[in-house]
Parts: sequence; structure tokens; C-alpha cells
Amino acid sequence: MAETTLQQTRYTPQQIQKFRQRIIITIKYILLIVLALLFLFPILWSFINSIKPPSEALAVPPTYLPTQIVSDNYTELTTFGRVGLVQHVSNSAIVALLTVVGTIILSTLGGYGFARFHFPGKNILFIMVLSTLMIPFQSILIPLFVMLVQVELHNSLLGLALVYITFQLPFGIFLMRNSFLAVPQEIEEAALLDGCTSLSVLYRMMLRLVFPGIVTVAIYAFINSWNEFLAALIFMTDQNNFTLPIFLTNVRSGLYGIIDWGALQAGVIVSIIPSLVIFILLQRYYMNGLMGGAVKS
Amino acid sequence: MTALQSLQGLSWIQRRKITGILFVLPTVIFVLIFFIIPLLMTFFMSFHDWPLFGDRAFIGFDNYVDLTTDRQFLKSLDFTARYTLLVTPPIFILGFILASLVRHNIPGIGIFRTIFFMPVVIGLGVSSLLWVWLLNDQVGIINRFMLDMGLVTKPQLFMAKPDSAMAVVILSVVWKTVGFTMILLLAGLQGIPDELYESAEVDGAGYFQKLLYITLPLMRRTIALALILSVIGSVLSFDQFYIMTNGGPRNSTISIVYWIFNNSFTYFKMGYGAAMSIVLLVILVILSAVQFYLLRDNT
Repeated sequence: MAETTLQQTRYTPQQIQKFRQRIIITIKYILLIVLALLFLFPILWSFINSIKPPSEALAVPPTYLPTQIVSDNYTELTTFGRVGLVQHVSNSAIVALLTVVGTIILSTLGGYGFARFHFPGKNILFIMVLSTLMIPFQSILIPLFVMLVQVELHNSLLGLALVYITFQLPFGIFLMRNSFLAVPQEIEEAALLDGCTSLSVLYRMMLRLVFPGIVTVAIYAFINSWNEFLAALIFMTDQNNFTLPIFLTNVRSGLYGIIDWGALQAGVIVSIIPSLVIFILLQRYYMNGLMGGAVKS
Repeated sequence: MTALQSLQGLSWIQRRKITGILFVLPTVIFVLIFFIIPLLMTFFMSFHDWPLFGDRAFIGFDNYVDLTTDRQFLKSLDFTARYTLLVTPPIFILGFILASLVRHNIPGIGIFRTIFFMPVVIGLGVSSLLWVWLLNDQVGIINRFMLDMGLVTKPQLFMAKPDSAMAVVILSVVWKTVGFTMILLLAGLQGIPDELYESAEVDGAGYFQKLLYITLPLMRRTIALALILSVIGSVLSFDQFYIMTNGGPRNSTISIVYWIFNNSFTYFKMGYGAAMSIVLLVILVILSAVQFYLLRDNT
């Protein structure tokens, strides 16, 4: 008897070590779960509020959970302002689409040019493109506005997209150039000797090889233009052309009558979903961009 | 066709040169029109009285002289500096804690990394709209929760006082951006070989000794990058103040970009706004230079 109790209480150093590690890992998981809940809470609560009946969403003090689940806040938001939610979502989508397509085309062509060709002034031009990273776009918005007014591209979705494309280019060019540099040169040389033009080599062979880079550039172009606030606030002077964040800011400031918090949270959810879905589905490509863009620069 | 025919007359190398130029030309044109020219124009405009409509006039350095006596501009510089100093430490410290927690590949860790990073892909404008509702004194759930917990006796008007307005904006921005710092620091942490820690443990080093003598020194560059990116982001802040505090109470939360915005696009004093933009530009170029210095290769 005495011997067994002795064996039970005295642990070997390895057992103690193992025991300590188990405690540490348990504490770690508890911390992680608590923090994860705190991080999820704002989005979760916004969602819960958006599916409350409108009267409950406006209750003072607020209720925690809805008594019934309805989509009224979303349908109400479609009647806000002059053109409603759907038009503003489509404005944002059009700008994002134009930005994505434009950024992909320009960065692929430019990245290929900078990676594979030699011509006078190449380094200076490359440095010029990249140096724009150092200058905040916030400091050139005034002349951009003046210029867009002159050519009547202010207040136009295309004008906004052109500005967004330019903001995306340094990152796009940098990433695509690196993608092309990672492809062995021999493959192209064979095709060029066979008489293919440079453009068809790019189109037929290279695009497939640098596809991951293109996806990364597209994700950033989409998320950044979909979320952008300041330039859209300045350039879009006509209500009908407001992008989603600007429209929602007006819902919040009471431009469309009394502040409808339920509808506002419905709008927040609508504008969060595309970015979150793209990020979660294409996380690998997104992180590649982060490491290639931020860490190396 | 004549252009093509004359191309065929050129040597292969010359043709490659021209093709290369054509490939980068669209990008160069975009950067010239939408970046270089506006940049030069900002300088040009800053020496003018430039209303949106009506005549503009060259006024030399008057805009810059006016800046030195513009109390709201000086206040916005001071406010932006204080905001930057206050928001950077919590982002960095929480980012470091999160990075340490998600460092090792224990089961389910990917989900936690994703959750902590999620707010980063939400727009700052939209996240501000979300937080302004969470923090509202009447319909906000945070006030309801604090009342139910007995932490406060009546709903708090967070945006009514400069200090509490600053505090809640910081809270929302930390939530929104800390995931980015976490990922940067995570990459840095994972770059440190495990053997270093193991041999330190053999020598009897504790957690803080390992942190002080291994982790922090080896992560200098990553830490510098994380800090500088967070400082640059804070100096350029606008959305959170425009949406959450509206610059109030009593114009106490107006950042530099906010004051540029007001002057240029509310009062339409665009020359004056351009002069302030130049000041902002100089600040940012200095910060970028600091970034390059800290991240230079021979450290």
C-alpha cells in the first residue's frame, strides 16, 4: 500500500514536463477561444441586429436576441435614398470590377515587360512606378479631383476606377514582375525561336504559369476598391453614383430621415460579405500577397 | 501596316526593346497621368489661391505662412501625433500576443488565425459604421452590456468627451488592424529556429529571458516594419474620425487628412489644402526614409 501511494505522488521529471505542457496548452486554447469570441462579436452582433424586426433593432435599451428572424431591414434599405441599396451595391461592384480587370491587364503587361525585356530607361521607370508607394494618395486627391472635373470624369464610376487602378499598380507591377522572374526563361526562348510573338507567348504560355500572382493581384484590387472610402467620398458628388460605404455613411448621418440602425447594420453585413468570402476562400493567395508585398518591400 | 513593316526591318534585339517599351507603356502612362502630374500639381496649387470655381491667383508662400497661424491645423498635427502614439502600442502589443498564441501548429490554429485576421479585410469605413452603432448610447449593445454587468449606472456618451472618443476609436481600430500586425510578427517568429530556444532552455532561460535575448533581437526588422506601417496608417487616418466622431466634440478629433478634406472639399480652398498636403507629404517621406533606414540590409 505504502509503495503504491509513493509511486502515485512522485512523478518523473518527464511526467512533470508533460503535465506542465498540457496545462500550458489548455490555457492557450482558453485564451484563444475567449479572444476569438471577442473578435467575432462585433460582426456577429451586427448580423443578429440586421435580422431583427425593425422595431426591435431600434429598441432603447437594445435587446440581445431577436424574437423573430426577418429580412425587413434588408428590404427597407433597398428603398433608402434616391436609388436604394441595389444601385449602390452595383455601383461598388462596377467600380471593383473595372479596377480588377484594369489592374490585371496593366500589371501583367507591365510586370512582363519589366521582368523579361531590356530597354533604355527601364530601371528609372520601374523605380518611378514603385516610388509611388512612398507617397500617400491622400496627398494628391485635390489635383486629381480638379483634373477629373476638367475632363468630366468626376462623379463617374469609370473615373473612380481609373484612380483606383493607379493606386493598385505599384503593388501589382511588383508582384507580377516577381512572378514572371520566377518562371525559367528557357521555356519562352523556345517558343520565341519558333516564331511566336511576345504577346502570344505571354497569352498562351506565361499566363498559366503566373496565374497565382494574377489571383493575388485581383484579390487586392477587389478588396481595396470595394472598401475604399475617402476618394469615393470626394469624387462622387451625385447621390446616384455613391458607392456602398458612402451610401451607408449617409444612412448613419440621417440624410435619409431618422437613423435606421437596423437597416444600417443590414448594409454593413452586405458590404462585409464579399470581402470576407473572397478572403476565406482564397486565403492562400491573399497571404502570398502580404508576404510578397509588405515584407519584402 | 507601315509601322509593322518597318518593325520587320529592325534587328531582333531592337524589336525586343520596342516590344518591352510597349508592354510597360500603359502602366507608365497611368502613373504619369494619375500620379506624377497630380503630385507636381499639388506643389503648383499650393502657391495659389485656388477656389473650385472662379479665378485663381498666384500668391507665393502665403498659404504656407497662413498654416503657421491656423490654430485648427496645428491642433490637427498635435491630435494626429497623439493618436499615433496612443494607437500604435496597443496594436503592437496585442499583435505580438496574438502572434505568440497562434505561432505553433496546434490543431485548429488555422481557424484562430483566420478569425483574428478577418477584420483586416473589412473596410475601415464600414468597420467604423459598425462600431459607432455598438458604442451608441441608446441602441448600442456595449452600453446595454455594461449596464447589465453593473459597470456603469447610466449609458455612456462615448463620443461626448475627447478622451473617451479617442479611447473608443482606438478600440475599434485595434480590432480592425491588429490581425495585420499579428501576421507580420508571426512570419518573423516562425523565422527563428526552434533550436535556439531549446538550447536556451537547457541553459535554464525563462520565458522573459528568451523573449529579451532571442525573440526581440532576432525580430528587429519585422518589429520595425510592423511599427512603421502602423505609424504611417495612423498618420493618414481619416475614415474613423469622419464616421465615428465627426471631428467632435468641439473639433477635438480632427486629423490632418480630415482638416485637408474640410478645407479642400467643404470650404473649397484647394490651394490651401494643397499646401497642407505638401506638409503631409513631407511627414510621410520622412517616415518612409526612417522605414528604409531601419530595414536596411546591413543591420
